[in-house]
Amino acid sequence: MSKNTPKKSIVIIGNGISGITAARHIRKQSDHTITIISEETPYFFSRTALMYVYMGHMRFEHTQPYENDFWEKNKINLRSERVTQVVNKKQILEFETGATLAYDILIIASGSKPNKLGWPGQDLKAVQGLYHKQDLDTLESWSPTIQSATLVGGGLIGIELAEMLHSRGKKVHFLVRESSFWNKVLPPEESEMINQHIRAHGIDLQLETELKAIESNEEGRAKGVITHKGDRIESQWVGLTVGVTPNIDFLKNSDLALGRGVKVNSYLETNLPNIYAIGDCAEQMEPVSGRRSIEAVWYTGRMMGETLAQTVVGNKTKYAPGHWFNSAKFFDIEYQTYGNVSIEPNPEEEHHLFWKHSNKNQSIRLSFNPTTLELLGCISMGIRLRHSIFDQWLTDKEPMDRVIQYFNQANFDPEFYPTYEKELSLEWELSKAKLIL
Amino acid sequence: MGTLKSKINIMILTQKKGSLILGSSGFLLLLSSLFFSPQDELLLLVASMLMMVSGSLLYFKKVYGSSLAGIKNDGVWFNALTAEGIWGWALGIALTGFYVAIYWFPEVLGFNTNGTSTGLVQVFDPLSYALNGNAATQWFLYGTLYTTAILLFGVKFIWKYRHNRYQIIRTLSVMFFQLCFAFLIPEILGKLNPETPYFAKDLKNMWPLNYYFLDQWHLKNMLNGGNLGLFFLTFGLALMFIISPILTYLYGKRWYCSWVCGCGALAETAGDPFRQLSSKKISVWKFERWMIHVVLVFISVTTIAVLWSFLSSNSTMSWFSREQFIGGIVIFILVVMALLFFWKTGALSKDAKYSLLSLGIILIAVLSIQAFSGEKNILFINSYKLQKWYGFGVGAAFSGVLGVGFYPILGSRVWCRFGCPMAAILGLQQRLLSRFRITTNGGQCISCGNCSTYCEMGIDVRAYAQRGENIVRSSCVGCGICSAVCPRGVLKLENDRLENRINSENYPLGNTL
Repeated sequence: MSKNTPKKSIVIIGNGISGITAARHIRKQSDHTITIISEETPYFFSRTALMYVYMGHMRFEHTQPYENDFWEKNKINLRSERVTQVVNKKQILEFETGATLAYDILIIASGSKPNKLGWPGQDLKAVQGLYHKQDLDTLESWSPTIQSATLVGGGLIGIELAEMLHSRGKKVHFLVRESSFWNKVLPPEESEMINQHIRAHGIDLQLETELKAIESNEEGRAKGVITHKGDRIESQWVGLTVGVTPNIDFLKNSDLALGRGVKVNSYLETNLPNIYAIGDCAEQMEPVSGRRSIEAVWYTGRMMGETLAQTVVGNKTKYAPGHWFNSAKFFDIEYQTYGNVSIEPNPEEEHHLFWKHSNKNQSIRLSFNPTTLELLGCISMGIRLRHSIFDQWLTDKEPMDRVIQYFNQANFDPEFYPTYEKELSLEWELSKAKLIL
Repeated sequence: MGTLKSKINIMILTQKKGSLILGSSGFLLLLSSLFFSPQDELLLLVASMLMMVSGSLLYFKKVYGSSLAGIKNDGVWFNALTAEGIWGWALGIALTGFYVAIYWFPEVLGFNTNGTSTGLVQVFDPLSYALNGNAATQWFLYGTLYTTAILLFGVKFIWKYRHNRYQIIRTLSVMFFQLCFAFLIPEILGKLNPETPYFAKDLKNMWPLNYYFLDQWHLKNMLNGGNLGLFFLTFGLALMFIISPILTYLYGKRWYCSWVCGCGALAETAGDPFRQLSSKKISVWKFERWMIHVVLVFISVTTIAVLWSFLSSNSTMSWFSREQFIGGIVIFILVVMALLFFWKTGALSKDAKYSLLSLGIILIAVLSIQAFSGEKNILFINSYKLQKWYGFGVGAAFSGVLGVGFYPILGSRVWCRFGCPMAAILGLQQRLLSRFRITTNGGQCISCGNCSTYCEMGIDVRAYAQRGENIVRSSCVGCGICSAVCPRGVLKLENDRLENRINSENYPLGNTL
């Protein structure tokens, strides 16, 4: 049906997962002209895979999910430009090269940039974050002269960089402000498992340690850091990994309503008609309950792209992500989560069932409502769980007894792997007994 | 702290170097027999083998034993051996040279058709006498080295994947089948039955991978080979028509390709460092589909032609006539085509079309054989000559020279992917009628590309995973490495019900659209 609507010019700023997903789904359902602008790379690549390029697991080309002629075949125009201005009154984009491009519909999917918190020395040479392809290239160019590196900030990019540098034989110092790794997301036991695993790999993990300043050598390059405890750590390279911020500086002089990101309603619409924002750079004014206003996650970027494509082809659709899920890998330990697991659960509303393998890096945590006993969420370490089953259980508000009884259906580990359902079930019986007492 | 760690590092490095030197000295010692005929071949064999085995085992221990269990792909694309660099080419040329010598110039290795061998072949005489009672040939030398490589690199692979039970068990399986079924049992059976004529005694080597299984000389030798010959004939036929279809239905073609097959065994063990070199281009996939179907047509037609000739000239040795045989084949192909056409064309258009086309060509060829052929000449061409071309062209040149010689350039499964005559048969069944699939875990894929990069069969696994679709591909050999290297727990090899095996959804799980 929508193939018959008048042809429009759709311009997408950013060729990350959000923008590309939107473009692909718009193309599937319409004949609109689609142009994707990127200043980063000519073709779409998987940002989450940059670490594997540095580690030598893959070449950069391997991170590109589509062959280069895919875009032409699907009549998706790719342009390498840097957008300097969005002039909505004329409905045009202005590029750094002086060229302009008219649009009927504009989709902003410009992603994030690494945070800098105003430390002395943060703009020295060999001080950087890791987000863009250019950051990887910069790191690669410094790499031969790095013997010792310091990372600041205990999140997902921090631990990725630790693994990357470690794989190339660098001594890694990892400064984490919190008392345990990623403990705003991981419960204490899981977080401690990762602390130990990081150290087992020979990383110098320094918890409750903040950066005070970065020292410079004569050439303006980092030569070491000073911690707030006054310790000096020699390092020829410093990684700043204290989170990311929406990449929206180029929109400052436009008429778009900006907060931390581009403000959007639940239809991903900005304050200007025909302009939408999706992915890392979008800030939800009314976030879905229990969710943050900015979610810089691969999966939510993809879902926003899928949703907006519907709206663009004439089927106005609200952004309504399903149950929360996420995953990561910390060195050798895989992590998966489904639904909600609080770090400090209110005992009236949420209890946890926790099982940990006695000597392996494996654990399962199920959160449930102590009154109704319905499943609320799950965190697993070193064990793969089936997304579809958990999604179903969360929708059905499945009671814990049944979850435990059918837990083998959720097992997604490879064949012949040792199972843990018995141990989990035993743990559940114990925990039920306590609940009744 | 720092100095202790660097001391340990230096120690590990020296031990690595030491074990490498030990292993390569053993190898050079063995090679020295090419130039200086050995005084004491037993001593040379034992000494060089011991040095090679202990050197490489020590090396593997230093490489994998000194780090935590996990995925070991660091630096794969920086290494001149594993990233098509200078060492990769050097190894490729050396291996290719070895295969050329084995197939066409065995005298270079010391083999002497008319008398006692010298050189490298002679070194293996003691072992050959012990196992089969005869002097070594270049093929015995080859079989021994082949088996040794699978066992040694099998140990390495298990070390590398020691956290993964699927990989451990699968590797033990290929090591067992190579050592016992392909190497020891045939040699020992040969020794125990010296008077029976030669026929292949590797139970797992089924037609059409063993393309001469149904050749006249081979059939005759089996029929004249007493109970043992009859057993191998019956088992070979049962393997083709009963055992293989059942196992492929239950477990996919992996039961053969990555658990039992000797070609697979070498690819999975010695070839493992090169798995990432297989091309993932769509154009190569297209070429692959053409290739395997052409090979299937060729092998089927020549085999049917050979059987036709056999039945023509040996009507007393068979229970049925050549006309009944052709009739049976025609009915069989028509039934398969009808099933394919009415049952599966919608869902599997491309593969089904290729298969229908292949079967159609075989059918026409079979009818033409019936109509236009004399006693020996099939369609005016000598069918034995055709078989011989295939044997040398595909069986030798492709599987050996290109298939193994080019491991470091084209990846470890070139032969399995483009040349293996089983690929189309097992693949077709895996695609259409099997419980096997690689399940994609909902919406968890991040498109990183590790799965596709490390797929030795060149399957773009990610293309399916990122759409939340299961992977049901005829070429998948079920090695399980995509699942192992996935950092987000997205892929699982499974045998399950046929419904919803191919699950094409508009969106991966997670959105409420």
